Formats: sequence, C-alpha cells, structure tokens
Amino acid sequence: MNRRDFLKFTGILAIGVAAHQAINMLSGSDARQSQKKREKWAMAISFSACVKKEGCKACIDACHFIHNVPEFGNPKDEIKWIWQSPFETVFGDETNVFTKSMLKNLSVLCLCNHCENPPCVRVCPTKATWIRKDGIVMMDYHRCIGCRYCMAACPYDARSFNWREPEPFIKEINRDFPRRSKGVVEKCNFCEERISQGFLPACVEACTERALIFGDLNDSDSEISRLLRTRFSIQRKPHLGTDPKVFYLF
Amino acid sequence: MIEKAFKGTSGYWLWLFFLFFLVIAGFISYLRQLHEGLTITGMGRDISWGLYIANFTFLVGIAASAVIVVLPYYVHDYKKFSVVTVLGEFLAVSSVIMTILFITVDLGMPSRILNVLFYPTPSSLLFWDMVVLSGYLVLNLIIGWVTLDAEMKEIEPPKWLKPLAYISIPWAISIHTVTAFIYSGLVARPFWHTALLAPRFLASAFASGPSVLVILCYIMGYHGAFYLERDIIKKLTTIITYALAIHIFFTLAEIYTVFYGNVPAHKTHLEFLFYGVPWNRFLMPWAWGSILGAAIAFILFLTASKRRDDVTLFASLLTVFSIWAEKGLGLVIGGFVPTVLYKFPKYIPTLYEVLITFGIYGVGAIILTILFKMAASVRQGN
Repeated sequence: MNRRDFLKFTGILAIGVAAHQAINMLSGSDARQSQKKREKWAMAISFSACVKKEGCKACIDACHFIHNVPEFGNPKDEIKWIWQSPFETVFGDETNVFTKSMLKNLSVLCLCNHCENPPCVRVCPTKATWIRKDGIVMMDYHRCIGCRYCMAACPYDARSFNWREPEPFIKEINRDFPRRSKGVVEKCNFCEERISQGFLPACVEACTERALIFGDLNDSDSEISRLLRTRFSIQRKPHLGTDPKVFYLF
Repeated sequence: MIEKAFKGTSGYWLWLFFLFFLVIAGFISYLRQLHEGLTITGMGRDISWGLYIANFTFLVGIAASAVIVVLPYYVHDYKKFSVVTVLGEFLAVSSVIMTILFITVDLGMPSRILNVLFYPTPSSLLFWDMVVLSGYLVLNLIIGWVTLDAEMKEIEPPKWLKPLAYISIPWAISIHTVTAFIYSGLVARPFWHTALLAPRFLASAFASGPSVLVILCYIMGYHGAFYLERDIIKKLTTIITYALAIHIFFTLAEIYTVFYGNVPAHKTHLEFLFYGVPWNRFLMPWAWGSILGAAIAFILFLTASKRRDDVTLFASLLTVFSIWAEKGLGLVIGGFVPTVLYKFPKYIPTLYEVLITFGIYGVGAIILTILFKMAASVRQGN
C-alpha cells in the first residue's frame, strides 16, 4: 500500500465512523440504553399465600381471559399459559418422600419460567421464539412453523401447541390481544403487553392474597429483590442450567 | 435414461398402480389433517412427536447407510459392489425424500416451511438437519444418476464424480449425527440426553440400511431383474452382523449406565419402555420385540444364514423391524414418557396418521421402483 492509498483508506474509514456516530446521535438509541440499566423481570410465588383461598383460580382465569386461551375440555389438545400441578410432579426430583407426603395436597402454580438460558430459544429453527434484553422469552405466532421442537426442549411443560382451530373454544374473546391460528405454539409472555404500559401482569393483579410478586431483579430496591435476598426460595429444576426467573418462596 | 422406467411388465404397472393408490389415500388424509389440524393424529400436548418423527428418524438412518456400499466401492475399489452401490445411492435418494415429507406433514404450519431458510438459525439442529439432508439428496442423486448414465453409454464415469463420492461418505455420517443431536441436545428429556445417542444411531443404521438393501436385492433377483452374486449378499450380511453386534453392545452399555447409576430421572424412561406402569404398558411389546429381534437376527446371521437364502431374508426383515421399533417408536415415544410432569400418557396413532405414513412410504417406493427399474434395464442392456 502506498501513501496515496493509505490516505484514501483512512479517509473513507473516518467518514464511515462519523456517519455511524451521527446516525446513533439522531436515533438516540445507543445513548439512552447505556444510561439506564435494563430491567430483568422475574416473579416470586409464595406457597403459603397461594393456598389461603381453597380452589382459587383467579390468576388462571384472568390470564386465560385476557390472552384468549381456549378451553377444549380434553387433556390431549389442552392449551395453558398458567396452571396448577401437584407438588410432587413439579418438585419431584428436588425433595424427599416425607416432604412429598406432607405436601401431597399442595397445588403449585406453574407458568413459563422465562429462563435466562432458555432451551426453547436455542432449538427454534426460525427464531420464532427469542429472549429479550429484559429477560422475557417471546413468541412470534406469525413466524412459528409448528415443528414443536421447543415443546420437546422445554423441561417445564410451559409450551402449548394449537392442535386445532382455537377460536370456537374461546369463551369470551378479548379484542385487545391477538388470537392464534391452529398449527402454532404459544405460551405465557409475562404480560409484556401490560408491563410496557406500566401495568403488572394480569395474574399478579388478580391475586387477592398477594401470593404473586412481580418485579425487576436489576433493581436491588425492588420488592422481589428484597424478598429473594431474605427468604428461602427454590426454582424448578435448577440443575438443568436454565436459570428460571420464576421463584417459589417458603 | 428415465424412458427405461416406462417400459415394463403388467406386474410392474400393477405394483406402481397399487403404490399410487396408497399415495392418493395418504394425500386425502393429509388434506383432512390440513383442514382439521394435527388434532386428528394420536399426538397431543404430552406426546407431541409421534409416528411421523419416528419414521423420519428411522429413514435418516436408512439414507445414511448408503455409505456402507459406497465406501468399499470407491475407497477400497471393491468392484463387486458396483451394482449395489448404485442401488444404495438410489435407496438413499428415496429415503431422504421420505424424511423431508415426514418432517413436512408433522409441521403445524407447512406453508411457512421456507421460514427455515428466510431466518437461518445456526443454534437450531433442525436448521442443520435441513442443510445436510438436502445436500445429501443432491449428492446421491448426482452420483447414482451419472454412474448409471455412464454405464448405459459404456463409457467411464467422469473424473469429477469420485471427489463427490468421497464427500458423500462423511456427509452420510453427518446426516445421522445431526439427527441424533436433535434429541441428545435436549436436557428436558433424560432418555435422549446421552452422548451415546449418535454412535448408537449410526450402528443401528448400518444394520438396518444394508438389511433393506439385502431384501431389495432378493426381490430384484426373484423378478430376474439382474443376476446377483452370492458373494455380494454375503459381504452385506457380514457388514450387518458387525453393525448388529456394535448396536447390541451400545444398547447394553446404555442400559448398564442407567441402571447401575440409578438416577431416577434416567431410569424411569427405560423402566417404562421395558415394564411400563400398571395402567399403561403400551411400549412394552415393542421394546422387548426390538431387543429379541436384534438378538435373534444376530444369531441367525452368525449361523444358518451363511448357507440359506430364506434365513438371510428372514434375519434381514427381523433386523429392519427391530431397528424401526427401537429407533423410531421406542426412542421418540419413550423420550416423552414419563412427561416432564411425571405423567404416563398413551399414544395410539389414528387411522389418518397411519394412512399419511403409508402414503409417504408409497411415494418413496414409487421413486425407488422407478430408479431401480432404470438400473436393472441398464444392466440388462435394454
């Protein structure tokens, strides 16, 4: 490279860098993001508070109504975003036979764990499911090809497939949230449509016993951060390395 | 060359007509599935992959096993394999087409299948499977076709063919490895999460693939399509015997590790396969059938099959059944039961599902028949 080429090269480089800076300044994206630390959304579920009202399904009803989750009335086609499952089926590997028998009648509230290291995102062949910077594992119903690889990969049974047309089985349609067509996978979205508006997730809001606590793990003063620091908590199948962001409080 | 497939006996046309009927029945069932959704299959939220993915997995193995005839012929210059090499490559072609069809009918949104290309995702093994399978299809189609074409014109195959044949050898290994990685990379299902899965897949593929080839050779020989030397069958059965031995060894190694290690999450899957739970033992006959089938076939190959054609044919059929039950049904369904929430659901394929499956096998058989007819006609010189 001679001197002339070198000057040409560095000149073009300088213009490029300047242009990049200018675009960033105009859009303001870089600057704004670096100033404020992103949220890391998480949920804590208190066993003791959750069992206070027997047979209470307020959170499930609220979620399934606002998200247009259908009810087919058979376990084969079932779609669920948030549900209850017996203690030993949820924490079977983590506890002993005495605890299991003591908590035989305890129903544990389950939903998508919004893993920090989500296996479903890793396996999706079309990036129809991905993890956002704030930790929410999202789904694009319009890109999903329905291969169900994510369902095989999820260790928490959090994903549901639309085995048939869901619309006739939605009790009351909520026009503010998209309905799905048959052939795609869906799951809990941590109510991202609500938290972007400054509201709490529907299940958290619906709970009269304050059994569900939702908040920002990156904010050390948030209620969830304080609770997790001071109370004993467990996650579902932590040994799998998925790092769930739904915690269960004792 | 394709014109040779249009001249045949009435038996040939009857056979093609029968296959065409299967395809039509499968196609009508598939239209129904498109309309109603996958709810018309036996699959559900707990067992979300079934007969389609089982056959996909099995057929990737059959496709990969073409390497077992390509390698001796091209690398070791084993000239006696010249006929079976072309047959093996054509078998791979029809198998790969069937695997692609099985994946497609399993999709909830088949119209969006090109999303895999529009949004390529290297972290997904399904993406890689699509890449290696389509590459393998093209490779085998070219190699088989050009070899046969050269033979027809009585000239040497072009020089560029040999490098392609060499590439197809590791490529064959790759298609079955990637297919095994689809399963073995999943921590959610302990039954699949074992490093031995890919080696096991390959070993069982090298037993089942050549077995299919042996069966096809007998069928071709019975119809006088071409004269097959006893030596070729003998060589193939030797390969099958070794592969079966390795397959049985790998299976026992897995069983030992799981039961001696005694980790409940790993144990429950194998226990379900071989014993079931009191209210649900639906995989038990398949699991035992597969193990016993492999053992009996192995003994037959070691002994009587050396002298008798009927025994060889029977042992080959037994091997194909055993590997299909083990790698297809047992592996896929066995991975889902118990579920991640410790449920023991049942899976019974529906009539629609079975018809669609037969329809796809019909497509594969039509392709295979036409390609084999071409090969036989070229051999006979008419």
